[in-house]
Amino acid sequence: MIERFALWVDDRLGTAHFVRKALRKAFPDHWSFMLGEINMYAFIVLLVTGTFLALFFRPSATQTIYHGPYTLLDGTRLSEAYQSTLMLSFQVNAGLLIRQVHHWTALLFIAGIVVHMSRIFFTGAFRKPRELNWLIGITLFVLALGEGFTGYSLPDDLLSGTGLRIAVSVLLSVPVVGTWLSFLLLDGNFPSHQLIPRLFVAHVYILPAAIAALVAIHLAVLWRQKHTQFPGAGRTEKNVVGSPLFPNYAAKSLALFAMVLAVVVALGAFVQINPIWLWGPYVPWHVSSPDQPDWYIGWLEGALRLGPPWALHLWGHTIPSPFWPAVLMPALLFALVVFAPWIDALLRNDRAAHHLLDPARAAPMRTAAGVAFLVFTAGLTLAGSDDVQARYLHTDVISLVHFYQGFCTLGVILAFVVTYMIAAELRERERERAPARVRIRRNDKGGFEEEDLT
Amino acid sequence: MTPKERVIALFIVLAAAGSGGFIAAYFTGGSRLLEGVSLAGACAMFGAAALGWAFWIVPQEHVVDEVEGYPSQTIERMKQTNELTEVQHLVTRPVALVRLLAAALGVFGLALLVPPIRSLGTDPDETLFHTKWRKGDALTRIDGSFVRADQLNVNAVETVFPEHAIGDPMSVATLIRLRRGLLADAPDGYVVYSRLCTHAGCPVALYRKAAHELMCPCHQSTFNVLDDGAVVSGPADHALPRLPIVADAGGVLRATGDFPVPVGPGFWERP
Ligand code: FES
Repeated sequence: MIERFALWVDDRLGTAHFVRKALRKAFPDHWSFMLGEINMYAFIVLLVTGTFLALFFRPSATQTIYHGPYTLLDGTRLSEAYQSTLMLSFQVNAGLLIRQVHHWTALLFIAGIVVHMSRIFFTGAFRKPRELNWLIGITLFVLALGEGFTGYSLPDDLLSGTGLRIAVSVLLSVPVVGTWLSFLLLDGNFPSHQLIPRLFVAHVYILPAAIAALVAIHLAVLWRQKHTQFPGAGRTEKNVVGSPLFPNYAAKSLALFAMVLAVVVALGAFVQINPIWLWGPYVPWHVSSPDQPDWYIGWLEGALRLGPPWALHLWGHTIPSPFWPAVLMPALLFALVVFAPWIDALLRNDRAAHHLLDPARAAPMRTAAGVAFLVFTAGLTLAGSDDVQARYLHTDVISLVHFYQGFCTLGVILAFVVTYMIAAELRERERERAPARVRIRRNDKGGFEEEDLT
Repeated sequence: MTPKERVIALFIVLAAAGSGGFIAAYFTGGSRLLEGVSLAGACAMFGAAALGWAFWIVPQEHVVDEVEGYPSQTIERMKQTNELTEVQHLVTRPVALVRLLAAALGVFGLALLVPPIRSLGTDPDETLFHTKWRKGDALTRIDGSFVRADQLNVNAVETVFPEHAIGDPMSVATLIRLRRGLLADAPDGYVVYSRLCTHAGCPVALYRKAAHELMCPCHQSTFNVLDDGAVVSGPADHALPRLPIVADAGGVLRATGDFPVPVGPGFWERP
């Protein structure tokens, strides 16, 4: 059956050679190579569940009066966006399940990207010739953050509305063009009727299309360049050793897909997420406290809390304080990540192509930089909930702000130094342990002699 | 069937059962938990079956691929370079023409981009500089009633709007009654501050009466109610604007004008 179909296609496209080679393509067996796949499957789940949600959701800020099964809000003024999300949650059979699966998968998707990128970074997989996929990957990460934030903001509830208010204020803080940018984006001042419909267009059309296209390119580049692999017996800079795509790797990968599905469905069914009916509809002069965004925005929220209260006044103009932590700092951070392959090549004075991965200890500088980066962003993320922590620790927020300011500066330097020392020590020990590499060869006289290779 | 095949068969049967359970749960009331258990269970069982298949049925084998195909052979690269230089030379010989074309394309690009982008939104103009408060506006609750000076107890807080712009998100303000005499220029102890945080625009709605501070729940900026809204702590970089008010002959609290400075977060055009 399949064979006949393949021949039918080959008659028309001449694909036999390609198909045969593709089926036998080598996929390295290390577990960490499946992280990227988790994200791919999460993206598929997002597309499917998102399509279902889009059939019910109404992206409209038009106000109506609620009458429905959630009696606590009966008679409340709220937007059609909020109303349709309530309807989707309470009146559509399996609607809440799918909404929660969608939200959980989004959180998993972004977490998966972070872990996948960390794997790429710490093993040096971004080195030449794979800078290309590093850049595409970062773009995908930024798009995924955008997908997360726009989706989170759509229901027009009090929590996400407050987040949008902050986001618009951050946009306003951009020098020279900020005011115009925000007025163009919102068609006026905040809150605007255009915002939700526009976020919807970005969320269901622009961003997913861009992600799908880039994922395709990401995979095509990976296919062409072939996988990296950890060093080991029989593995060289010139080959890839692994399971054949079909049937071994395909079976494992399908198992992974099914497991990802099982996890997100279970989370969606058992763990409540974003119960917008508890937050209430967005009213510009109301606010809930404490007020936490989804986890992947936490680092920006924390940065805003730790940021200095400085405004810069220049010739009758102002650069307000949100600019430093929420625009400038993230821009510098992303610049560092974007240029990581080139900075790495420069520091190591190494411009050769690499297909064998470094264990993390083999490049102490890179590993230390990566750990410092993660400690910094983790510190910011923790600072994003300092008010909740203050409540539990019975201390005041100001001391926690100072603590996290120290953590994100001195703590990060300490993390860098300690990681560097540990990695360098491990690398040293390994060098000592490694047996001397010699080659035995026949000499002119017919005897044997050793040639040192280290 | 071998024992291993029997285990896989069990997984597959359970997966089918889970799927059927999901359909049943859906049509008999749609309990989220039952739906979730059955569907997640079905997925997990399919996953287990696939794993069994991968490790027990499919022969374990390894293949070795050569990394090849890039970069191309030196001769190919040289040919490409030659071709490109030659074509480039031939096409771009009339340098003045190339420059002209580049300039025209630039203008064309602007023509395509600017109008649609400009149409997206209104001119900010003076929008961020003023609220709807006018001289003589009564401090009005969301339900339309005016606030009178004899209505609030000490430390009471109200949300107020200008009488002609009830519900306006830029003009919304917080009315606080202080102990009389605490602040010389507060009529009957009443002070009014903008609701919009000067940091990132969240509603500053928490009044801490012991410290006489208004706190923003978003990033915990605090503002001194006794000192014209000066920043006490937090990331806000300027004071919370205070609305000038009086109590008229009938006891109704009224604004004597707009906020003296723009409300809300900072922006480039703000002096
Ligand atoms: S918005 Fe009020 S402190 Fe940031």
